[in-house]
Amino acid sequence: MALVVLGIAVVNFFLLHLAPGDAAQVLAGEAGSATPEYMAALRRQFGLDQPLPLQFLQYLGNLLTFNLGFSFRHGLPVLELIGQRLPATLLLMTASIGFAVLAGSALGVVAARNAGRLADTLISTLALLFYATPVFWIGLVLVVVFSVGLDWLPVGGMTSVEAGYGGWDHVKDVARHLVLPAATLGLFYLAIYTRLMRAAMLEVTTQDFVRTAVAKGLKPRRIALRHVLRNALLPVVTMLGVQVGSILGGAVLVETIFAWPGLGRLAFEALFQRDLNLLLGILLCSSAVVVVVNLAVDLLYTVLDPRIDFAR
Amino acid sequence: MTSTVSRFVLLRATVLAASVASLFGGAAFAGTPQDGGTLTAIVQPEPVTLTSAINTAAPTGFISGNVFDGLVDYDLDLNPKPALAERWEVAPDGLSITFFLRKGVTWHDGHPFTAADVKWTLENVWKTIHPRNQATFGRVTQVDTPDDHTVILRLSEPSLAILSSVNSNGAQVLPKHLYEGTDILNNPYNLKPVGTGAFVFKEWSKGNHLILERNPNYWDKGKPHLDRIVFKVIPDAAARAAALEKGDVQYAVFSPVPLKDAERLGKLPSLKIETRGYEWISPWLFFDLNVDNKYLKDVRVRRAIAHAIDRKAISNIVWYGFAKPAISPVPSTLPAFHDATVPQYEFDVKKAEALLDEAGYKRGPDGVRFALTHDFIPYGDDYKRTGEYLKQALKRVGIEVTIRSQDTAAFTKRVYGDRDFDISSAWFAAFSDPQVGVTRAYWSGWVGKNTPWTNGSGYRNPEVDALIAQAQGQARQEDRIATFKKIQQIVQTDLPSIPLAELKFFSVHAANLKDVVTHGDQIYGSLKDAWFDKAASN
Repeated sequence: MALVVLGIAVVNFFLLHLAPGDAAQVLAGEAGSATPEYMAALRRQFGLDQPLPLQFLQYLGNLLTFNLGFSFRHGLPVLELIGQRLPATLLLMTASIGFAVLAGSALGVVAARNAGRLADTLISTLALLFYATPVFWIGLVLVVVFSVGLDWLPVGGMTSVEAGYGGWDHVKDVARHLVLPAATLGLFYLAIYTRLMRAAMLEVTTQDFVRTAVAKGLKPRRIALRHVLRNALLPVVTMLGVQVGSILGGAVLVETIFAWPGLGRLAFEALFQRDLNLLLGILLCSSAVVVVVNLAVDLLYTVLDPRIDFAR
Repeated sequence: MTSTVSRFVLLRATVLAASVASLFGGAAFAGTPQDGGTLTAIVQPEPVTLTSAINTAAPTGFISGNVFDGLVDYDLDLNPKPALAERWEVAPDGLSITFFLRKGVTWHDGHPFTAADVKWTLENVWKTIHPRNQATFGRVTQVDTPDDHTVILRLSEPSLAILSSVNSNGAQVLPKHLYEGTDILNNPYNLKPVGTGAFVFKEWSKGNHLILERNPNYWDKGKPHLDRIVFKVIPDAAARAAALEKGDVQYAVFSPVPLKDAERLGKLPSLKIETRGYEWISPWLFFDLNVDNKYLKDVRVRRAIAHAIDRKAISNIVWYGFAKPAISPVPSTLPAFHDATVPQYEFDVKKAEALLDEAGYKRGPDGVRFALTHDFIPYGDDYKRTGEYLKQALKRVGIEVTIRSQDTAAFTKRVYGDRDFDISSAWFAAFSDPQVGVTRAYWSGWVGKNTPWTNGSGYRNPEVDALIAQAQGQARQEDRIATFKKIQQIVQTDLPSIPLAELKFFSVHAANLKDVVTHGDQIYGSLKDAWFDKAASN
């Protein structure tokens, strides 16, 4: 597993160095003016004056000692930068995925139990609509309606710094800021879980053990929740695993629209700024999370479905 | 078409009304400034560092100007006004400039501000690592500080451009006691600056917000009026427009919303559009024609392209009126240096075709003479639209244009490093002296040096190089003006790059935020004069 992560790091390193231009060039470009001396000073500062193989060895050495390096652009260690942004991203992803899984699964169950009827059609159409609508459009419409129009919620950001809230007021303030981005992202994911849950429920319903349960005279509600739902959860958990893995990648679009200070935006900006140390750090952390979460999902299968067992 | 035109006229009227209102607003209608209040402003993109002395990027300057004072400020006509320097003298032979510094000024940490700070910064920052000042201050051979409040610059030859770039952005003075003997580029105070300005740095939450607070010990008594300024990072343009419209944010600079949104926001009673405050930058937009290209190396082809472009349409339609057609690389906002008699290339498709025929590039059977690529400066939709206009305009005269897009790093490497392009677009700041901002586009020493925003066309003319060197060392302003006019005549005859428009950047601010623009370098200056009219707030 460590080998997989290391391999990803090596590929990332050389892939990113294929991008034309470097961080010094971006900085000089932004400055609106530069001299060769200024750019040489920047390259020396960033360690970009070293030959590429040497830079790679240095990077590798850092990795093996669990050092993610230094972002010269931000003037901070990469680990500290990621640490600063991680809470915001975790909060947004937990809220939106939590909302999507709970609401999406519930809608999927309702749709499956009413398959073919009006409720099913309604839910499936809505889910398709949310899935097909671009995220940025949903986000902007929500802002226009709920922030600018109705003035219920803030336009963006994570806190009202001007107010200087503390304690519970601060928590409430963050929650108010969280509603729109979490809903925007959640509505997109929601569609996936609804479709997935509905399909899985319908598939499980046709299986033999469900017929047995019906024959035993169990109540339909109990069959649906205890026998069908539990088995239908497997694909949902798989999906959840895939999505949790993308937590560190964050949701670039939503974080951008709502000025949410998360990791996705940090990674996106790092790419344009050729801040390779930072970008490599974020990618490495994401790949580590993906590997770990995949393992966790495999373990979770054994809990949900006793037929799956560890190989001996 | 009619609707575009009438919309445009309306927009112009709005902008005009807004600037007239704010011209008289401060003094005539609004009364005396009121103290207090928190201003929320947008800074976008997020700055890298907060000291303009080591990074001249716009977002850095926008914040840094509030924390650091310059030796001078520039008024709306770009005349220097006293700030940290109370007065200054240029010796008759131009070989020394003396600044008399204000007494009793302290850094935010309580240390006194003295001539030693200026001397140290000039020698260790402006002359060595400052991205723009090495040429401006290159002729300073010695800095004398006879007492704590006098700085004398000794020059090897006159350098009048110095006096046009000693504001907080052009030549920021750093606190010697915090920087001396450190690695200046990595000094931690770059991220938590200690200045002498009207506002004190409080905190910076990366990716989120940045807070400045009122400096209670500010030398300009009674100022600033605001208690706090909160700068928020809002990366999405539509979200910026929403935040301004809702009133969550009261000030944003550097054309913060798309031009078509500006039109809508300008009509709201709660907001004003302001195009002043950018005079010191004097930006102009142009196409660089790669003179090493086998077609573009012929001056007739370059002139034909200039004739094929309707610069009025670029200003009025592509740029929604937020631009004025340019005839010279020295913008008319520098009235002393601008030469209105340079060769003009009026919009004339027939003339363009005739020139191309004469150059030997007849239309082929498919109507095409030859094909070129265009790389637009990746600073947003407005530049992309300008590129799309170029494609259409050149198609009419039989030149096929392919538009390429890329990010900033790839763009600057392609144009200024690899020189692998045919036509590129860019805007430069001319600043208040062409020596600082304009000559870099034509001096041959910059060609292919991979230094962004320099000579992109690859133009090499020894005569122009000599004139540029000559202008730097002339002691009398009239002589320099004559030299710069000569340069404009030559480069507009050779036409390695085609000036398109003098851009009018705009700011958006709340209607009850008064005196937000009092200087010609306002967007890089201090908001110490700004105040909220509480009676007008709702």
